[in-house]
Amino acid sequence: MAKKTKPLRFDTDWKYDPAPESASAAKINEQYELFIDGRWQKPQSGKYFETINPANEKILSRIAESDEKDVDRAVRSARQAYEKVWKKMTPAERGKYIFRIARMMQEKARELAIIETLEGGKPIRESRDFDVPTAAQHFFYYAGWADKLDYAFPNKKVAPLGVAAQIIPWNFPLLMAAWKIAPALATGNTVVLKPAETTSLTALKLAEIIQEADLPPGVVNIITGAGKTGAAMVNHPGVNKIAFTGSTEVGKIIQRSIAGTKKRSTLELGGKAANIVFEDAAIDQAVEGVVNGIFFNQGHVCCAGSRLYLQESIAKEFIQKLKDRVATLIVGDPMDKNTDIGAINSKSQLETILKYIQIGKKEGSSIYQPACTLPKKGFWCPPTLFTDVAQSNRIVQEEIFGPVLAILTFRTDDEVIEKANNTPYGLSAGVWTDKGSRIFNMTRRLRAGVVWANTFNKFDAASPFGGYKESGFGREGGLHGLTPYLEII
Amino acid sequence: MPSNNKSSRLSVLKTYKLYIGGQFPRTESGRYYVVNDGSGNPLANACLSSRKDLRDAVSAARAAFGGWSGRTAYNRGQILYRMAEVLESRQPEMIRELQQSGSSSAQAKKEITACIETLIHYAGWCDKYQQLFSTVNPVASSHYNFSVPEPMGVVGIVSSSENALLGLVQAMCVAIAGGNTCVILANTDRPLASISFAEVLATSDLPGGVVNILTGKGSELLPWMAGHMDVNAVLLDPSTSVDRAALEQAATVNLKRVITLKKEDILSPYRILDLQEIKTTWHPIENIAPSGAAY
Repeated sequence: MAKKTKPLRFDTDWKYDPAPESASAAKINEQYELFIDGRWQKPQSGKYFETINPANEKILSRIAESDEKDVDRAVRSARQAYEKVWKKMTPAERGKYIFRIARMMQEKARELAIIETLEGGKPIRESRDFDVPTAAQHFFYYAGWADKLDYAFPNKKVAPLGVAAQIIPWNFPLLMAAWKIAPALATGNTVVLKPAETTSLTALKLAEIIQEADLPPGVVNIITGAGKTGAAMVNHPGVNKIAFTGSTEVGKIIQRSIAGTKKRSTLELGGKAANIVFEDAAIDQAVEGVVNGIFFNQGHVCCAGSRLYLQESIAKEFIQKLKDRVATLIVGDPMDKNTDIGAINSKSQLETILKYIQIGKKEGSSIYQPACTLPKKGFWCPPTLFTDVAQSNRIVQEEIFGPVLAILTFRTDDEVIEKANNTPYGLSAGVWTDKGSRIFNMTRRLRAGVVWANTFNKFDAASPFGGYKESGFGREGGLHGLTPYLEII
Repeated sequence: MPSNNKSSRLSVLKTYKLYIGGQFPRTESGRYYVVNDGSGNPLANACLSSRKDLRDAVSAARAAFGGWSGRTAYNRGQILYRMAEVLESRQPEMIRELQQSGSSSAQAKKEITACIETLIHYAGWCDKYQQLFSTVNPVASSHYNFSVPEPMGVVGIVSSSENALLGLVQAMCVAIAGGNTCVILANTDRPLASISFAEVLATSDLPGGVVNILTGKGSELLPWMAGHMDVNAVLLDPSTSVDRAALEQAATVNLKRVITLKKEDILSPYRILDLQEIKTTWHPIENIAPSGAAY
């Protein structure tokens, strides 16, 4: 018989006063040009697109749209910088530039966090405490590798690849820019980076930092635009390396377009992580971990724990506790320091999420969403739990990329391994149990690149991240994150 | 009782079949092709494998993957060493077979010796490469975090067109020493030694399905191998003349890793790493002394 649980009632006894961060502490220009060859250059088409705050749909800025000619300019500039400057520089000097960028990011952390939240919709608490510091850490970590590469691969010689074209998503705009740029520079490559079209601003702020850091012109070029710009980067013959983070669908298109060429690639793609809770787990901690696993960054996380597997004996109690906890989550103004779940990044992503919620209902699953008042303007989705779900349901098989959790049950470890691995993805997984031998039994058999035991959604510059199977290939972070940018001879 | 007036007895011709799941079946297609000796005279019939044979081989490889990757590394090393032992004892036969396919006596001896040395070299790698490529990662939080290599899964191998047997043994070692299972397309023109080598595998304690060997035409089988949803990687011998662009395009269906075997550096553990994924595991550390004080 399931134990009775006591609902948490923060909202009745204690009220949270508004605690908004001030948007005025950040400077956003009315219009941004392309950062090519160390200078701000107008797009040759003269076209710009608007970027908005997804929490209120207000226009934040106008962003230059690059076409093939702009991409060509950026790649040439990166090639020139590679051949004439960056390749010849001593590794220690290269490292010092990267250290300098890291330091300047820390100095401007508050401004970066505010812009990240204004444009991306994520809670300021997350951009302040996670995105920005972790991004700076990434530059610090790889800066130190620049003059130590000979020690990283004993008995081997290493050489940079050349020009890296890097395309990043909108869920962690600044952090993904750091994940891409820092290891590329440390290993002696030059870069053309394109942020996602809904979140260009922090990458452009990073370009300002790079300019201020006096990095030689052309070593990092940051150009803006949508999928077409990305395609032009992938297909440019002057590019040696493609690094892409995004959907599996686009990853496959990229792979097809570079088939038969000498271009190297790293792909960080989708996921549908299983988060597995055994009956002997510390239940309250596991509830917190499950909440963090799926609702962190509104669920816009490729490694989100979007499939929850509960051992049958605790399922009822766990689901009740989970509902009670979810009911206390604060959904709303991302700039408020108390907010747990911010705005969905864009209208089109909200439509995708709502489509999947409809599919979940149609497939016969039971839905739970806590009562919460959502702001009138902007894009919002309350935290959503689905129970009575079957393994074959689309909400179990397909990546939703939103705050939607599918809850399933299991009896034995063999059964849950079978179910957890029954997906084309293999990015991450989680397991909750108090038994050490069971942790290793599970972590060994889960086919995923990152496995969290009794924790979830932890990231670190020193920790390799990347997927098995259709979640992509190559690793970012740690020693293993150097390999994708090097020729190992 | 038939009489035989000649002084020498009538030789028994060997039937060369496929090696799938530890068994030696004929191709389900009923097709065969003639294999010639070095001078162009018919030597034997070999199976012309079909898409269904490939499917069966992939199923067998997938079924064997859990058991093979789950064995201790020490045990995998023992089995590779056993292969070397069995091959050593069958040297004369294998050398004769290579000579029949056109190798000179010296070449054949050299190739078999190289096969044995490769097996022994990789037998030793089985329980060592992990230590070279694993890391304990100094994360900036209270977590224990480590990364280890794990096998990719089922590897499709397109075997060498020169030194047919040695190329096969090298590619196979790279895959199975790291815990993968594999489906090998043997050299079309010189497949006989490959199938005889399967007899070595079958008597070496190697579990059925870990290595599967097909004979036939690459042009027929490769597109299906590259497009197969249950093959995780394709390992190409650099000497094979495949349409790389077409193969890589077909491989995107499930984001197969397409890797060219770097034969100039064949003894390096980096070859094993080519067919490995890196898994990172996190666990919290109970933080009894957050100030850093030790007691």
